[in-house]
Amino acid sequence: MSAKSMSTESMSAKGSSSVTVNLKVNNKAVTETCAANTTLDELLREQLGLSGTHIGCDTSQCGSCTVHFDGRAVKACTLLVAQCEGAEITTIEGLGTADNLHPMQAAFRECHGLQCGFCTPGMIMAAVDLVHQEETLDEQKIRKGLEGNICRCTGYHNIVRAVATAAKKMRN
Amino acid sequence: MVSIVYAAPTSIQDAVELLADNAMPANVLAGGTDLLIQTRAQAGSAESRLFVDVKKIKGMSSANMTPQGLELGPSISCAEFTARDDIRALYPGLVEAAGLIGSTQIQGRASLGGNLCNSSPAADTIPALIVNSAQCVIVGTQGERRVTVEDFVTGVGSNCMHQGELLKLIFVPTPVARTSDAYLRFIPRSEMDIAVVGAGVSVTLDASGSCQAARVSIGAVAPRALLVPEAAAALIGTSLDAAALTAAASAASAAAKPISDKRGTAEYRQHVVGVLVKRATLIAADRVKP
Ligand code: FES
Ligand code: FES
Repeated sequence: MSAKSMSTESMSAKGSSSVTVNLKVNNKAVTETCAANTTLDELLREQLGLSGTHIGCDTSQCGSCTVHFDGRAVKACTLLVAQCEGAEITTIEGLGTADNLHPMQAAFRECHGLQCGFCTPGMIMAAVDLVHQEETLDEQKIRKGLEGNICRCTGYHNIVRAVATAAKKMRN
Repeated sequence: MVSIVYAAPTSIQDAVELLADNAMPANVLAGGTDLLIQTRAQAGSAESRLFVDVKKIKGMSSANMTPQGLELGPSISCAEFTARDDIRALYPGLVEAAGLIGSTQIQGRASLGGNLCNSSPAADTIPALIVNSAQCVIVGTQGERRVTVEDFVTGVGSNCMHQGELLKLIFVPTPVARTSDAYLRFIPRSEMDIAVVGAGVSVTLDASGSCQAARVSIGAVAPRALLVPEAAAALIGTSLDAAALTAAASAASAAAKPISDKRGTAEYRQHVVGVLVKRATLIAADRVKP
């Protein structure tokens, strides 16, 4: 059966190997029909061309694929597109633009919070959620909040500085 | 990944019917943080799997406090659960156990019911549920049944649920007055690791500080989390003095049947489980409201 011939109704009632999902990505409505085993990172990178979401481990460990799902940080490698019906997804591309960086992006640049940059989109998405969740942040809370994000290069010190710097700006 | 047939029923009955259908192996999907990793590890298998997403069913992700106890929708995320001050006030140990699972990103998806049904010997919430006398309400085509959490898990990654059954509710009775709980785990890293040893303790104290009731459960030291009545008996009737704590620790060590693996030797686990039981007892006792 072709993916397109399966209606949404029959999909949810009996189950289907392809799913049609309506969601918002970076504030744009998206309707995608894909195999039921498609993960969110695959949709973002391969169908939508949003390659800022990086795939490091593909097994939920490194955090480089972190995006926001209804405002909260999740790992896109371990989420089916099928689970995203009605969800609002924000990726690093939806956070700021090259001319108008989000304060977190600007702080990573200012504080030298990256070297190779592979972990950076995930770090930034996790850090933005952290600032939203916590009323106050200190070094310990930042380190704990970023425990799901692994960086091979920086040794984390400048990442922690960047998050603290951005948190101040975001609260002003 | 193996090919998946995805279904998102909106009622318990539809979910149970889907799960009971023999056409292909079926899994309940809640947050998916364990299931998707496990499914991906089976890449290459030609067989399709049915994923029954239960998050669209009303009540499956809610948590209601009733006078009798907490009615917990199994697919509630750890993040939602740990953010509830009313739950933390009654079951601080259960909340700290749920807060230990994975990183922030995982907390937003992973569920308490998922942790239970995944039935890992090292699952953090299981000893904490056991010391709170939690029960599983399981529904199937034949109707409903209740099983205590200590009887729910039957071995490494296995539990008492049959094909066509669904965990509908976790019920955690309201603790009697002057009761509190605590959960501790030992991991070699500071975060993001699996328990080498876990211990949950609940104690009820009278006004003079004497222990009236206790439950002790240990994790990661046997194929499944164990309730250790001998350790609880060592605490009951005492003021939780050093001798009582040592006796409870010895009872926990004696009940443990750990294996040696890269995370720790059996001897080491056997020792540490006693230490954690002592510490968790003192934390729980400290939390009892005067
Ligand atoms: S790629 Fe998702 S956590 Fe590593
Ligand atoms: S900057 Fe290279 S992995 Fe973090």
